Amino acid sequence: MKAYILKRLLSMIPVLLIVAIFVFFLIHMIPGDPAAVMLGPEATPEEVESLKEELGLNLPIYQQFFEWSLHALQGDLGNSLYMNQPVLDAFIGHLGPTLSLALLAQGVSIFLAIPIGVLAARKRGTGVDRTFMIIAMLGMSIPSFLLALLLMLVFGVQLNWLPVAGYSSLGEGLWEHLKYLILPAISLGTIQAAVIARMTRSSMIDILSMNFIKTAKAKGLKQKVVIYKHAFRNALIPILTILGETFGALITGAVVTETVFNLPGIGQLVINAITRRDYAVIQGTILLIAVTYLFLNLIIDLLYGLVDPRVRLNRK
Amino acid sequence: MEDCPLLEVKELRTRFSSEKGTITAVDGVTFRVDHGETLGVVGESGCGKSVTAESIMRLLNEKSTRYDGEINFKGRNLLSLPEKKMLDIRGNEISMIFQDAMTSLNPVFTIGDQIAESIIVHQNLGKREAMEKAVEMLRLTGIPSPEKRVHEYPHEISGGMRQRVMIAMALSCKPSLLIADEPTTALDVTIQAQILEVINDLKEELNMGVMMITHDLGVVAEVCTRVAVMYLGQVIEESDVDTLFDSPRHPYTRGLLKSIPTITGDRSQKLHTIQGVVPALDNIPKGCRFAPRCPYATDQCISESPLLEALENGQKIRCWHHEEIMKREGVTDVITTAT
Repeated sequence: MKAYILKRLLSMIPVLLIVAIFVFFLIHMIPGDPAAVMLGPEATPEEVESLKEELGLNLPIYQQFFEWSLHALQGDLGNSLYMNQPVLDAFIGHLGPTLSLALLAQGVSIFLAIPIGVLAARKRGTGVDRTFMIIAMLGMSIPSFLLALLLMLVFGVQLNWLPVAGYSSLGEGLWEHLKYLILPAISLGTIQAAVIARMTRSSMIDILSMNFIKTAKAKGLKQKVVIYKHAFRNALIPILTILGETFGALITGAVVTETVFNLPGIGQLVINAITRRDYAVIQGTILLIAVTYLFLNLIIDLLYGLVDPRVRLNRK
Repeated sequence: MEDCPLLEVKELRTRFSSEKGTITAVDGVTFRVDHGETLGVVGESGCGKSVTAESIMRLLNEKSTRYDGEINFKGRNLLSLPEKKMLDIRGNEISMIFQDAMTSLNPVFTIGDQIAESIIVHQNLGKREAMEKAVEMLRLTGIPSPEKRVHEYPHEISGGMRQRVMIAMALSCKPSLLIADEPTTALDVTIQAQILEVINDLKEELNMGVMMITHDLGVVAEVCTRVAVMYLGQVIEESDVDTLFDSPRHPYTRGLLKSIPTITGDRSQKLHTIQGVVPALDNIPKGCRFAPRCPYATDQCISESPLLEALENGQKIRCWHHEEIMKREGVTDVITTAT
């Protein structure tokens, strides 16, 4: 097990190197002088020169890359030009809302999708199945901002149950924290739920036609036990893959939802960095998102072993 | 209670409704299985053997399946029992082992858990006692060091072992009827013999009735006391095993027996084959179902369907011309030593 994790960690190195190279050259792909572009048209030549000096842009390119990588390895991803703080600190500061939102949204999606998917599989071909699958299809086609705006309009403006935008950290109380996240989590979660429900359905249908399901029935087990114990445990394996992917997407792809609800998460950090041409932040965030993704994948792979003994690793 | 047969299937008809219309997979099947005997059910793939077995267990999807006739088990008609009562019978009084032990065990649970599960459900035992019983059952089926095996997963053991696990699971609640659906088909010949022996030994020990579904006449000769031969959803001949091998009457049975290669036969002679192919279930011949492939078929065979006729010696036969055929060809044409 330990050896496996170590091996996986080592195999991340080439991936991270590729990401790092890409991220590093991002700054050199800017047409013209990067320092001048960053500072905008009103900057004086002296200011540009001093920024160049600060960023090490005068050094040969391989040396720049080497130094940048060395710093990155130590967790120093440079400083944000606008926020006057290290990129890593900015990232960590924005991670909280994104992580809370992603977890809550994933919770919403699992809570909705799995029972619906299992039900649709059991009632395969009937009206119930078709209705749910049409709803899922619709769910997948709705743009997240549209659903977000609708939810805001109904629950925020009309009913006035929940705030329409803003954020309060967990430190200020659980409910304070949650009440800002419920609407964004629902709007993100329902869309993800559509994907997961479809996957659950097809995976369950596959498993329910397997021979061991017949064995389970022949044992005299109740239908509930056959479905939720014997079939679901097996169906969970492909579902887990989808959960990993959707969670990854929730962490990195909630940009639109975060913007609509004005949540100070990673999405907002990236958007602001792009509009302000804060290259250090863009670079650092991309790198850190890649790292997050890789670790998430590792966790999912370790979870497989938990669900499926055939891929369990501590056995020989 | 003694007069009451263990299992009596009467005119069973199993129909599936599908998009293409209704398909009759089993059409008027009648047979019985008594305590302590092994009935062989023989036939080619698709002849309705497995559907008959699954009808007895009521394992088919009941929304698209229609049963007619009777399946009397210890005097109760299983077809009229509510699903809840069936739960007490499945795996407890009637058990089933399937052809493909490879895929018939759940890959994510340990062997012990899977055997213990039916013990827990049917015998009201706690998890630990059930596990002890599972170990005991595995030992009965001849698995070495069963106390270690119970903690293993199906993918960690061989095919023969898995079939032993299936047997242990099926017999864990000491059923009075065991339905074995081609239990040895997926196994090596040497393992086949061992598995059949295990089933036979446990049958004697528990005085079970066994319904042995197979397409292998070698298996029939080895373990069965009586045989029912099925063709296209019907029983076409039924007799005790010696009579079947000595004087088969139905042209289909004769053809089957002639197609077994023998070690003493003339090597230059080609092996016998039955002409033609089994018709599809949605295109069943109007008269005798075997008529299109039968060398003795007459106009009567093509237009009228024969009934299952009981002979004096206990043999049952569904053929218009079996007497003439026996007179004309006798028994000599057919091999008499099939083992």
